[in-house]
Amino acid sequence: MHPFLGLIRHDLRLAARQGGDIGLVLGFFVLAVVLFPFGIGPEPELLRRAAAGIVWVAALLAAVLSLDRLFAADYADGGLDLIALSVMPLEMAVLAKGAAHWLTTGLPLVVVSPLLGLLVNLDSAALPSLVLGLLLGTPAMSLIGAIAAALSLGARRPGVLLTLLVLPLYLPPLIFGTLAVEASLSAEGARAHLLLLAALTVAAVPLAPLAAAAALRQALD
Amino acid sequence: MRALPEPAELVGEELACRRGERLVFEGLGFRLEPGGALVLTGPNGSGKSSLLRLLANLLAPAAGRLLWRGVPIEADPAAYRTAIHYVGHLDGVKPALSPREMLGFWAALRGERGPTVDAALAAFGIEHIADWPCRWLSAGQRRRLALARLIAAPAPVWLLDEPSAGLDADGEARLTAAIASHRASGGRVAVATHQPIALSGATVLALERFAAAPRDAFPV
Repeated sequence: MHPFLGLIRHDLRLAARQGGDIGLVLGFFVLAVVLFPFGIGPEPELLRRAAAGIVWVAALLAAVLSLDRLFAADYADGGLDLIALSVMPLEMAVLAKGAAHWLTTGLPLVVVSPLLGLLVNLDSAALPSLVLGLLLGTPAMSLIGAIAAALSLGARRPGVLLTLLVLPLYLPPLIFGTLAVEASLSAEGARAHLLLLAALTVAAVPLAPLAAAAALRQALD
Repeated sequence: MRALPEPAELVGEELACRRGERLVFEGLGFRLEPGGALVLTGPNGSGKSSLLRLLANLLAPAAGRLLWRGVPIEADPAAYRTAIHYVGHLDGVKPALSPREMLGFWAALRGERGPTVDAALAAFGIEHIADWPCRWLSAGQRRRLALARLIAAPAPVWLLDEPSAGLDADGEARLTAAIASHRASGGRVAVATHQPIALSGATVLALERFAAAPRDAFPV
């Protein structure tokens, strides 16, 4: 088996064996969305206008919550040494870790997002652009998150540092994701914003592994 | 100008290692021939583990250079990575996975495709626990599992940090046998150890001889 696929399979197997992690992320996502109507009131019109932002912000926070386990466990138990010494470049290993992270967090978030959209009264005509936006944007979030996760290794409070590092970097997907939902209800259409989300992911695939691998080398030294 | 070193060997020249502000060792040199063994000795803190991480290219030397087959390793790190196995203090074993799954993963990381996992489990006598979750393993069994990596995917250079820590007599015998057969087929091994280890014809590298003078602390 190619080391790239071997690493993805290993991470997926770990996630499946420790099912709590995926459950935690999904549970957080659902709860965060459900809390909003209690906070801003149950008026359908108000919720309808805020719906896209609520779902996107909640998805983003849920993704952040899961990032600390991306490298921290491997860093603590020495597994990261072996990944760094594998026959593939460290950049490719980061891409594999990011792919496994997306499959275990981004994809489940995408799958449940239409339900949560309906829960906060999102116009059903806007659901496709919400799902498609998350589908295009979450891979970039996993990969950008990998940079922050690698940078925070060895810090005294890695979880807090990671959150501070990554939330500003998540602004572009958040902006284009919510704009895509709004635009899909107007004559403008969501296409331009969805293309920008896709561009973010396409740019993150080669660039984020470079940065994250450099940070990992620093952490191992 | 001196002649190029013979190919097919690992050479360290004037290596120095810095951890934080402290220079751990300096001016360290060695040659590791095919079939050779290097035993690193020295008191705690003399830099045995640091030297092994440096040899694994996980640490960058503060000075000096490492040559693999006559080429500086930073010139072709990918080729050097495929040539080495590193077994450190931390074993990277996941409690939720089984020894068979761990070895399969490690072999995949080394680009190994063949069904070598069973042979590796047998070489360290852990085939009967191959499908347990690793959280049930004792410290010695985890150490055997980490060492089984060496067999699951072949590599010409083994870098072993205190490999016999936690092993019983049977485990040590299996380790000695694995090292002997590795060397007999032209492999090289560098071992950091406190215990006397049965390695015939090994070069002993006493790290305290390369300890950096504490010149920063005591200016003259």
